[in-house]
Amino acid sequence: MVIGAVAEGAPILPAACGRPDLDVVWAALATVPDPEIPVISIVELGIVRDVAWEGDRLIVKVTPTYSGCPATEMINTLIREALAVIGVTNAVLLNQLSPPWSTDWIAPEARTRLNGYGIAPPHVIGTRIDVTGISPLRRANVVVPCPRCASANTELLSQFGSTACKAQYRCLDCREPFDYFKPH
Amino acid sequence: MSAEGPSQGANYSPSGGSAAAELAIEAASVGAVQLFEYLQRLGDTDVVLAQRLGEWIGHGPVLEEDIALANVGLDLLGQGRMWLSYAGEVEARFRDKGRSEDQLAFLRDGGAYRNLLLAEMPNGDFAVTMARQFYFDQFHLLQLRALSRSSDPRIAEIAAKGVKEVTYHAERSMDWVIRLGDGTDESHERMQRALDALWMYTGEMFAADATELALAEAGIGVDPRTLREPWQAAVAAVIGEATLELPTSEWMQGSGNRGGKQGIHTEHLGHLLAEMQHLQRTHPGSQW
Repeated sequence: MVIGAVAEGAPILPAACGRPDLDVVWAALATVPDPEIPVISIVELGIVRDVAWEGDRLIVKVTPTYSGCPATEMINTLIREALAVIGVTNAVLLNQLSPPWSTDWIAPEARTRLNGYGIAPPHVIGTRIDVTGISPLRRANVVVPCPRCASANTELLSQFGSTACKAQYRCLDCREPFDYFKPH
Repeated sequence: MSAEGPSQGANYSPSGGSAAAELAIEAASVGAVQLFEYLQRLGDTDVVLAQRLGEWIGHGPVLEEDIALANVGLDLLGQGRMWLSYAGEVEARFRDKGRSEDQLAFLRDGGAYRNLLLAEMPNGDFAVTMARQFYFDQFHLLQLRALSRSSDPRIAEIAAKGVKEVTYHAERSMDWVIRLGDGTDESHERMQRALDALWMYTGEMFAADATELALAEAGIGVDPRTLREPWQAAVAAVIGEATLELPTSEWMQGSGNRGGKQGIHTEHLGHLLAEMQHLQRTHPGSQW
């Protein structure tokens, strides 16, 4: 913060300078990329649940995508760095579990960017493969179009991809494997 | 993770404390002691099974399955950390100081672990790993759904988070049981053998002791006996679809409340803990 650097005799900055407005805080948080998916921010991902001033401390509530998400500590570090840029050094980061994170909270514009990045966004198409005559236990998979060539002719390889939040698919037309952000 | 705490990293022995400490425990609310016990059961089962799944890393039959096994393990580890963190906080209500999640995971001996016996069973072949996962996932899903309605808000929120993750686990292990059962002669036979071999470790999941009954009574925990019927129905449906036979043997390991939940384990747990804990035991408090 600048106050410590102010020369003796210089006008004292108002205390409000140490408490940026919440929209400034949100804008700063919007610069923090998700470490695993750098094309979307943690705000667009929907994991920053609340920001509020409590006296001179900034309370930031963050929810994990998955219980064991290994990026959680990295995200906290990045949040502190981004807040330090706007002069907030006394933030308290709280882990908020409830309500549990949902992919419904991912911002619409971020979904388009996910697709451009090669990750099929959740709920891309609601239609399911024809299940007539197939036991409900042999699940039908949702049609997930290839993020590269948009073909709907794709198949599930594994319910887990490069991270817990993604499944692995393969395009049967362009032959490229790709990740699908699982609806959660 | 690190396990700072007891200065020389010595194992914390609940029964080896001073007389004053024993008196303090007696004076404390019995509810907290039972809740601590219960949370260890939930957390230890997750941590031990996560460690088993982690053993597959680099050894999976194909890359996709290697990754999937690790991801299921990671989910369980995340849930286990939350249960054990809470356990440590509850412990502080009746002891001078509660242990951290890391101290609980890395510095307790086998006899202090409260995981289900099923979780500590060795990986075997891929069919054994999937049978173990299938039996457990079907139980775990029912258990967490019930716990998401716990009167203890902390338990309810950890469970609600877990339900979303375990839904994927259950779908995946079910897929594999059907695919291997209704596959080749070889995969069918191996899947059947795996289901038969692990069957005797499933009874413990539904056995209730005084701790579980007291917590269920208080609306905090779930009476595991109520989960048996829906579990049996779900498991039977999948096994039938897989063209396999549901095992019928009635004798169960850990019956009479003398199983993993009470700290009585198979010889496999000690070997698992030796590998999991040796770093923290050798270099106490070391951190990444």
